[in-house]
Amino acid sequence: MNIQIPCPNCGARPIQEFIYGEIPVVPETLTDADARDLDRAFMRNNVEGVSAERWFHTYGCRRWLTLQRDTRNDQIYAE
Amino acid sequence: MNEFVERKIELQWHEPKRSYDVVIVGGGGHGLATAYYLATRHGITNVAVLERKYIGSGNSGRNTTIIRSNYGIPEAVRFYQRSVELYQNFESETDRWVMHKRKGLLWVAHTEAGVRAERARAEVNTAFGARTEFVTPQQIKEICPQIDLTGGGVWPVLGASYHLDGASARHDRVVWALAEGAMRRGVHVHQRTAVTGLLKDGDRVVGVETERGPIAASLVVSAVGGHVTALAAMAGVRLPIRTHPLQAFVTNHYALAFDQMVASSSLLFYASQTARGEMLIGAEIDRQPSYSYQSGHHFLQSCGFRAMTLLPFLRDLRILRQWTGVCDMSPDYSPIMGESGAPGFYLTTGWGTWGFKAIPAGGEQMAELIATGKTPALIAPFSLNRFAQDRTMADRGSAGTH
Repeated sequence: MNIQIPCPNCGARPIQEFIYGEIPVVPETLTDADARDLDRAFMRNNVEGVSAERWFHTYGCRRWLTLQRDTRNDQIYAE
Repeated sequence: MNEFVERKIELQWHEPKRSYDVVIVGGGGHGLATAYYLATRHGITNVAVLERKYIGSGNSGRNTTIIRSNYGIPEAVRFYQRSVELYQNFESETDRWVMHKRKGLLWVAHTEAGVRAERARAEVNTAFGARTEFVTPQQIKEICPQIDLTGGGVWPVLGASYHLDGASARHDRVVWALAEGAMRRGVHVHQRTAVTGLLKDGDRVVGVETERGPIAASLVVSAVGGHVTALAAMAGVRLPIRTHPLQAFVTNHYALAFDQMVASSSLLFYASQTARGEMLIGAEIDRQPSYSYQSGHHFLQSCGFRAMTLLPFLRDLRILRQWTGVCDMSPDYSPIMGESGAPGFYLTTGWGTWGFKAIPAGGEQMAELIATGKTPALIAPFSLNRFAQDRTMADRGSAGTH
């Protein structure tokens, strides 16, 4: 899949230059501290649709960026 | 038995009933195997399998059809060995030809660390019932003359583990054999019946809402692949699943026989020959979670290059088709089977990139759980609550990923 990621420093670059970084989202409804730790460590929303995520530009400026991506079609919406 | 003398498969399709004892969501290999073993082993036939497209349209129709049990941890070796044995008897049991063929699998090591890993794999396999031995480069060349032992001068072959029970089978035929066996005994399979919600009574799951109306059930089983997170969420269950695309491709036909399967952990690819003679090659998952079925040129380029490093004859072949499946990856690269925490709702998920080989054993064990209400010892280590109990079944090196 030829996905281009818009890097604020380097411009649009191919996805292979980046490393994916997820943002764990623990549901508000979880109140028990242990349950929240477990959820943060392992459980994922695994969103089918648009969600926020981070990418690290390994073979570029070596900085993190945040963007919105639709996981149904890999359409990217810059933050 | 072969395709020329095979009976024509006659399937009985039904309108959905308003209630069943067991509703299985997902008409892939695992869902249909669960129904098949419920019917054949436990006489439970008031069962419906719901499939949103057609049976085997998901990862059961997109995998690379490799059957093996050369895993790295005892619990996994025992479980997959059960599946290998069930596959070996699959054709005589179902009376259908699924093109099962024992081929042997070479898992090649290119580094000293890789050699240690393959020696360890052979040891743990032998100790827990799978047939795997460590072989030297000379033996590798005898088993598979096409391998370039110098690895293109960059990845020299130092040894391999040779898994004698490595096999393959035609994936669609496995799906259809299970569906036919289950339906002949009274199980209902409903295609084009997407589940849109779960019926609940308090915390208990008491049925499913579908495009074709509500269906009540004493027990709902999720055998859903990449889209499992949304279904589990309806039951109030949080899953450690990330959905990643996995790509594969086949070449045009290779005129010589390539009888064994070859995998390499360092070069991250695996290759086998289909019954048509095509070379079937797969590699690692895409790194970003996604539900997109799009295939890409980058995968062909990098995976093709790595495969040619070890198997130079691939240079003369052309790629015919590539495709993608979306895989339910678990964080420890082991499946998740059993109770979900929500009453009335069982799970068989986390099949990621290793589900096809596990179809018979996964179905057999889930059927036993459903029939007896007790988790069989073979799958007890793979329960969902292992994450809360800090006993993950980490086996990334064996996922491999096929």
